[in-house]
Amino acid sequence: MSNPVIDKAPANEAPALPSAPLKQPRLPRWAPFGLALASAGIGSGIGLLAGLESRIQWGLIAALLYVALTMLIAGMVEGSRQAKDRLATSVIWVCFLLAIVPLASLVFETVSRGSKVLDGYFLTHSMAGVADLQPGGGIYHALVGTIQQVGLATLIAAPIGLFTAIYLVEYGTGKLAKAVTFFVDVMTGIPSIVAGLFIFSVWLIVLDFNHSGFAGALALAILMMPIVVRSTEEMLKLVPNELREASYALGVPKWRTILKVVLPTAIGGITTGVMLAVARIAGETAPVMLLVWGAMEINNNPFEGPQQSLPYYIWLQWKSGNPHAFDRAWAAALVLIAFVMILNLAARGIARWKAPKTGH
Amino acid sequence: MDITPTPVRPEPPGERDKSSELAGSTRPGDRIFLALSRGSGITLLVIMATIAAFLTYRAVIALAENDGNFLTTFEWNANADPPVFGIPVLVFGTIVSSIIAMVIAVPVAVGIALFISHYAPRKLATPLAYVIDLLAAVPSIVYGLWGALFLVPHLGGLYEWLDQFFGWTGVFSYDGGAARSLFTVGILLAIMILPIVTNVSREVFKQSPKLHEEAALALGATRWEVIRMSVLPFGRSGVISASMLGLGRALGETMAVATVLSPSFLIQASLLEPGGGTFAQNIAAGFNEATQTGRDALIASGLVLFLITLVVNGAARMVIARHKEYSGANA
Amino acid sequence: MAKRIDVSGLTAYYGSHKAIEDISMTVEPRSVTAFIGPSGCGKSTFLRTLNRMHEVTPGGRVEGKVMLDGESLYGAGVDPVSVRRTIGMVFQRPNPFPTMSIYDNVAAGLRLNGSYKKSELDAVVEKSLKGANLWNEVKDRLNKPGSGLSGGQQQRLCIARAIAVEPQVLLMDEPCSALDPISTLAIEDLIGELKERFTIVIVTHNMQQAARVSDRTAFFNLAAIGQPGKLIEIDDTERIFSNPSVQATEDYISGRFG
Repeated sequence: MSNPVIDKAPANEAPALPSAPLKQPRLPRWAPFGLALASAGIGSGIGLLAGLESRIQWGLIAALLYVALTMLIAGMVEGSRQAKDRLATSVIWVCFLLAIVPLASLVFETVSRGSKVLDGYFLTHSMAGVADLQPGGGIYHALVGTIQQVGLATLIAAPIGLFTAIYLVEYGTGKLAKAVTFFVDVMTGIPSIVAGLFIFSVWLIVLDFNHSGFAGALALAILMMPIVVRSTEEMLKLVPNELREASYALGVPKWRTILKVVLPTAIGGITTGVMLAVARIAGETAPVMLLVWGAMEINNNPFEGPQQSLPYYIWLQWKSGNPHAFDRAWAAALVLIAFVMILNLAARGIARWKAPKTGH
Repeated sequence: MDITPTPVRPEPPGERDKSSELAGSTRPGDRIFLALSRGSGITLLVIMATIAAFLTYRAVIALAENDGNFLTTFEWNANADPPVFGIPVLVFGTIVSSIIAMVIAVPVAVGIALFISHYAPRKLATPLAYVIDLLAAVPSIVYGLWGALFLVPHLGGLYEWLDQFFGWTGVFSYDGGAARSLFTVGILLAIMILPIVTNVSREVFKQSPKLHEEAALALGATRWEVIRMSVLPFGRSGVISASMLGLGRALGETMAVATVLSPSFLIQASLLEPGGGTFAQNIAAGFNEATQTGRDALIASGLVLFLITLVVNGAARMVIARHKEYSGANA
Repeated sequence: MAKRIDVSGLTAYYGSHKAIEDISMTVEPRSVTAFIGPSGCGKSTFLRTLNRMHEVTPGGRVEGKVMLDGESLYGAGVDPVSVRRTIGMVFQRPNPFPTMSIYDNVAAGLRLNGSYKKSELDAVVEKSLKGANLWNEVKDRLNKPGSGLSGGQQQRLCIARAIAVEPQVLLMDEPCSALDPISTLAIEDLIGELKERFTIVIVTHNMQQAARVSDRTAFFNLAAIGQPGKLIEIDDTERIFSNPSVQATEDYISGRFG
């Protein structure tokens, strides 16, 4: 093929490299598929013979077999480098399948078990007068509670978060901005139950209010603020500085520039961020548990008396531990997932719709 | 390259105009607007300060009444008179379940992220990324419900298996009861944080510069070698920050733990046996029925949880800062 | 060391879009062949079909034949990884691995292909860096990151990395377009030296460059935007620049379009 002697400069002793032939022995294209089938077969065979009850074990045996077989056969036919490559590929496929199974099961279980009692009655009635062991009842009171609490939390957190982000991006310099940035980071990491404890120690112990939807909303607002600040900040930073300068050059004062130029340019992204934050807090259970108490009847006043919320309703139904309550828990979980998903999809829709941020 | 959740802030645009005539900070409109936005920032600071102050205040009250040692007592009888309570069991449970979750979730999440960014056929990758994105938004109570009513009954077989082969270690011994152990909690937390860790990692891998991948390919690298040479080194800090994000969630998770775990206030040698507890779960389980002192004691434990998450987040930020020099490609 | 490439009837697609159509040519060993033509005429795409990098792009596929000394690159059982090991490539923008030192960058290809003793690696790294005219500039800082070098140095580092695995052919995709004139000159000199050992194919936007460095020149063109690129003619560089046989080539070279 080549004559390495010619290429050798006299001064150095670089080793002659083996010239790789273009054709390497390769496994046929169907090999991974065939191996997967074979391992699935053998895996279930072993599971059946050994009398293993749990399908999880069957799957794990098959997955391990697949990885081992691939490496072995590729190693024999194709050499170690290709074997490593195939090993990586098979491990990554196995990872994917391993992860997809529980996540798919979660969705499947929620939908199939949740649709059992989910109907118009369920959505429009509360649990008033329904004992845990009885069938029937609904989530209307929880829906009202969730919507009011999340709505109040958004009313508090969105403006504060928005203005904080404006401060950080448009005005912020010096120590105050640094401190705010730092504490937003810290706030992002607050566990939801700690936010609940805080509001409890201030609102209920020190200020001596009672459990109410509003108390829950306060805790949710604390969880929401840092998310809004972060996402809004990112969006404002995306607004090109030329736009601001163009506006100043026309003699527009700074606040009007922010209001009329910067915010409209970034409004799509900001809305998306707020909606995602809303979706996030709508599923929070822990603060509600400490602060809202969880009524079984409809309470349309978030400022007075215990309320209910969807996630907490799921928890209570799960806790009462009987088949009818479980049915209600699954149905409520399905409604909650649907609620969160719709918010997410809408947020993404807005983000896509407003994607070119150059305006018109 | 600001893929990290808490990037070092680049110089904000518009900052230069702050003192300029153009910005005209003497107009009433400007003054109001500045006051509003600065006020919001200060509000945030005040909230954080009061959180710290009030939690510490209640915690100090509780600790003063504690008849045990907060750091070494293996007991939680805060409602008794005199109250006795300590956190070692909670520290153990919280950290062990989170570590199990990380050990399971992070490699799998990196695998799926690579699957989506480099292995899956295009037609599968895009919808898959979208679905996993949505799964990250599923509330934890739903994971908890699924974990309690579906996962727990299905883990018995696996645990018997682990007991059969690894039971001799003591860590994996199992005598066939309901699988409501810290290990189950770890598995459920792993499944719960999987989507979020996957998403952030995938974003990072997707941004790994094509230039360097092609350089590796042109040298005759296989797909795995390309990933090892140019994708993983580039994505390392991103994966770390994604993991820390997941860890933060796992540490503070309440509902998914409370539904699955069968708590008790002792440290089990075997991870597969029911028992133990976590900070968040312990608060959720006891708060509403607790006496005033009992609540204060739980608040004290909440403060410890808060400090732990603070340390984790701080560590994450330091790791990211240290890897910063490597994360920037010249592309 | 250097091999001949024969291309016949090659057509390349991106999904359903045909990027280049029916190209046939021969690239002589130990010579420099330059590809010129207006933007979007498919010369880079064509270059990437020569070491099977084209198929890395999602949707990229190829019809036709590419033979390396009589052996088909797209034949059954041919491993694209081996093809790329045999046919090296240098890219438009310098792309040393940012997490690796200068030494590791050069040794990267070798390390993929087997285990070598430290002394052997040292020798190859030195030989390759000398081959890329970079040794004297970096010999004292071999353990510093490659991204700390200037653009021109980085590009020569990439060339050293490519020639370290002793390829048969070296493909260069506009290797100087991101560089200043002095670095460009250094690379052009280097190409003149490298053609003693390798078959070199270079894509360039700069016609003077093609005239300076190449022995043969191929002119590509496309009928209209969205149409596939085609090979108009390939001939000795001197002839292409003095007396091309096709009118379009002359128009392009004299700056009448493109």
